[in-house]
Amino acid sequence: MAAPLPPGTPVRVRLDWPETRGPAHVRTPHYLRGRAGTVARYLGEFPNPEDLAFARPAPKLPLYHVRFDQPSVWREGGAGDELLVEIYGSWLEPV
Amino acid sequence: MAGTGVNVLEADSGRLLAAVRAVLETKGLVRPDEIAERIAITDAATPAQGARMIARAWVDPGYRALALSDGRAAAEALGIPMRGALPLGVLENTPETHHLVVCTLCSCYPRAVLGYPPFWYKSAAYRARAVRDPRGLIAEWGTVLPAAVKIRVVDSTADYRWMVLPMRPAGTEGWSEQRLAALVREGDMIGVTVPTAS
Amino acid sequence: MCEPVDKGAHALTEFDRDVDGLRQVLGLKGIMSVDELRRGIEAIPEPEYHRLAYYQRWIRSIADNLLRKGVITEAELRAVLERG
Repeated sequence: MAAPLPPGTPVRVRLDWPETRGPAHVRTPHYLRGRAGTVARYLGEFPNPEDLAFARPAPKLPLYHVRFDQPSVWREGGAGDELLVEIYGSWLEPV
Repeated sequence: MAGTGVNVLEADSGRLLAAVRAVLETKGLVRPDEIAERIAITDAATPAQGARMIARAWVDPGYRALALSDGRAAAEALGIPMRGALPLGVLENTPETHHLVVCTLCSCYPRAVLGYPPFWYKSAAYRARAVRDPRGLIAEWGTVLPAAVKIRVVDSTADYRWMVLPMRPAGTEGWSEQRLAALVREGDMIGVTVPTAS
Repeated sequence: MCEPVDKGAHALTEFDRDVDGLRQVLGLKGIMSVDELRRGIEAIPEPEYHRLAYYQRWIRSIADNLLRKGVITEAELRAVLERG
């Protein structure tokens, strides 16, 4: 596997909707699709739940804790508040 | 699956459970005693286990460091059974940052340490509001944070399970670990409340 | 959904514990994973999803997955359901 993204790396969650193309199980929340964030920490490699959900062989994917500015995502909420969400590397693209 | 009349999945839930169990037992796949064993193990985990970890972290900086770097090892160090459990992340509250844990996608919860999640944690209202309006949500528990304290909402979407390490309350200097642990409630380790000495 | 939270305790029933325990055993034996459970819950038609309580969704998903995978058959299930 390529070296994990270091903390502080700016990333964007891919604006993609696999659910619209057929049966899918996606653990990247809708509210974060297309949103910009920052890598907080690399959490390790874990089997892809999108495959486990259909009892398919599941390759391991890098998992990151990614930080998002909360008011930017929801347009309500306190300035400086954050969301910290586990996102698989396959869902992140460089900014 | 071809339709043959009423969809079996729409049978009364209690009867559906009994039927699934009966078929699995007949096929030798799942025995009643195996289910009973898992129920007993799950029942044995309660928030008191988490409270012991919190109290230890409050009095022992080395244990705090362990909990923050490897929550599973920290739980095991206190005799909390974690065999086969998912990685445990411990989120440290500071004077600047207050953590709130949610699973917007379902109800992921650090069950091995804290036991079954509370009913409200699994509710649509909690799951929707935690990411959207965390301050309004925790205010329902009477929790009001100073404006200078930032809220970090942790949405459990993957394999990690998260619990909050709250700040040690004022007025507890010299308290025993046991007395400290008794202050820590389930909601304190989720982030909807903060422990106090009173 | 954005409504006051019901903070009542709502103790688990025997049904709840049985479903939860069953799911754990199925997971430990590699028969059905928690990911499959979640997918099955997500697949519940929306009106039905809202009508069902938490563990009622679980047993529906468990049954759905076991049938889809051929671990149990619809005929086997019906035979027990019709025995009453």
